[in-house]
Amino acid sequence: MRKIIEVKGLTKVFNDRLKAVDNVTFDVYEGEVFGFLGPNGAGKTTTIKMLTTLLKPTSGTATVCGFDIAKQANKVRASIGVVPQEYTADEDMTGYENIMFCASLYGIPKDVAKRRADELLQLVGLKDSANKKVMNYSGGMRRRLELACGLINHPRLLFLDEPTLGLDVQTRAAVWEYIRKLKNDYGMTLFMTTHYLEEADSICDRIAIIDHGKIIKVGTPQELKSSIGGDVIEVGVLEKEPDLSQMIMNISYVKEVKRLDGYYRIKSDSGEQAAPAIIDLIRSRGYHVTRISLSKPSLDQVYLEYTGRNLRDEQADSSDILAQRFTLRRARA
Amino acid sequence: MSWSVEERVNTGKLHGLWSLTNRELMKWYKAPFIIFLSLIQPVIWLGLFGKAMNFSAIFSANSFNIPGLSIPKDVLNKISEQIMQNTFGTSDYFSFLSVGMLSFVIVFTAMFSGMSIVWDRRFGFLDKVLSTPVSRSVIVIGKVLSSVFRSLLQAAIILVVAILLGMNYGSITALGIAGTFAGLFLMTFGLSAFFLMLALRATDWQSQVAIMNLINLPLLFGSNALFPSKFMPNWLQTFVSINPITYGTDIGRQLLLGSPGFAPLGFDFLYLAVFAFVFASIGIIMSWRFLTK
Repeated sequence: MRKIIEVKGLTKVFNDRLKAVDNVTFDVYEGEVFGFLGPNGAGKTTTIKMLTTLLKPTSGTATVCGFDIAKQANKVRASIGVVPQEYTADEDMTGYENIMFCASLYGIPKDVAKRRADELLQLVGLKDSANKKVMNYSGGMRRRLELACGLINHPRLLFLDEPTLGLDVQTRAAVWEYIRKLKNDYGMTLFMTTHYLEEADSICDRIAIIDHGKIIKVGTPQELKSSIGGDVIEVGVLEKEPDLSQMIMNISYVKEVKRLDGYYRIKSDSGEQAAPAIIDLIRSRGYHVTRISLSKPSLDQVYLEYTGRNLRDEQADSSDILAQRFTLRRARA
Repeated sequence: MSWSVEERVNTGKLHGLWSLTNRELMKWYKAPFIIFLSLIQPVIWLGLFGKAMNFSAIFSANSFNIPGLSIPKDVLNKISEQIMQNTFGTSDYFSFLSVGMLSFVIVFTAMFSGMSIVWDRRFGFLDKVLSTPVSRSVIVIGKVLSSVFRSLLQAAIILVVAILLGMNYGSITALGIAGTFAGLFLMTFGLSAFFLMLALRATDWQSQVAIMNLINLPLLFGSNALFPSKFMPNWLQTFVSINPITYGTDIGRQLLLGSPGFAPLGFDFLYLAVFAFVFASIGIIMSWRFLTK
């Protein structure tokens, strides 16, 4: 697969002491949805700002769409789309005017821009509200408008910074749907940051867990989950004797069996396939299953495993908090 | 389905300039009420200050006489007229101030050019613009231009109001108006660039307001906009002679009122052109450096 983003040793130090991003190295492949997962203040937004040329790296290099972010910044800008965390559309203009405004910043001629604006407003379902002022838009509509603006130059690569921040569950699902659509129907590559685990789990092809400016682990959600030991099945058996551990161990997909008081704790690569086989086996030997439970490892556990704590809401710097509050307030309006 | 790999893209050095300028102007022409509101203050100044300081009446025959001397009315009126001419270069203070008020509205409008970039930064709008291939200097020039348009329109309205309120328009010519606004254009261009430059790195509007308030009054009172500079103390006269507002106002006084100038017209224009060029250049150079941290 072709690499669309190549990052080597990227570092950003603020005010000579705060290491927001610390020697980060990773690649993003063409056509995938790549997620940056981490708590607030982990360095996600700083990384995205460097890759979208809004911040200059302190050291390290990166190429985006084949262009160097420091030396060919304008070429990078022309080939990517950016959907920032805040709602940046101009409130006094209509949705349509906002899109046309973005188009002009990319130097897209008026006739082409008009065609694309129609097509994008259709895509994000804002056709009917195109001529309403943005100040009358709901949070979900604003987010979709941002998405449309980010797509106006038909980029191959789209950056999304916390695309569902402050949205209700329904709208969040709708945004996920657009992201999947962009990837599947348009073959776009998406780079997104999030601090929602279920979001990373359900739409990202690969995830990088980032904390304190460092990448801790990169992999598919499945890889990350199985890296901490796979599914856990607990089976209670009425008969306390004999020990069935060895028998269960021979079933395929079973990795580990522990006999506890009245039940067995079984680790498996694929709990769904192992569990029925275990029940069948126990019954076929004339024993009785009293209860069974299957739990899949969540990214939560993965996160806990690798960072040593739960996703926490850390104090962001004051201007971030203010911007976020604006965003949230408008999302609720 | 895939994106059409388009096509024509016009990313010249100045692309996006008109959209950026128009975005700011749009806020304004979509809400003409704001134009009206922002003109109330200068009109009140003009009406109260200009009419209250009725210097020409102080020495007129009706209000001034020395007991014991019977000075003929004609003599007193002539003296009065001469004093006014010598001091203000025109027959009344109101006309003198009217031209000064053109500079006043321009300073107050240009001042806010900096505020808008602070808000754009706050709302993340600036980041969005910066993430597009639009040239950094175009972002700054767009802001300056929109402020130039606004302040010139405001000045034009103030000029009309002043004439309606009794400004001496005997020596106004079309060429004089054109020359005056050319001078004001240079002045507001330089001032807008200057205030924008102060705001390029600012993230909070409070400090911006503080800076504006610190600067605007000395800038106005330390010029010939409200009072002729020749009676000011020397140290203040030095400041007046480097203050661009002095030259912008001087052009108007010479061309609209036919007053004797503070400096030759040619020098006024030259000074303002250099001022506008220097601050616009500094603003653009700073935009390359400071818009991206």
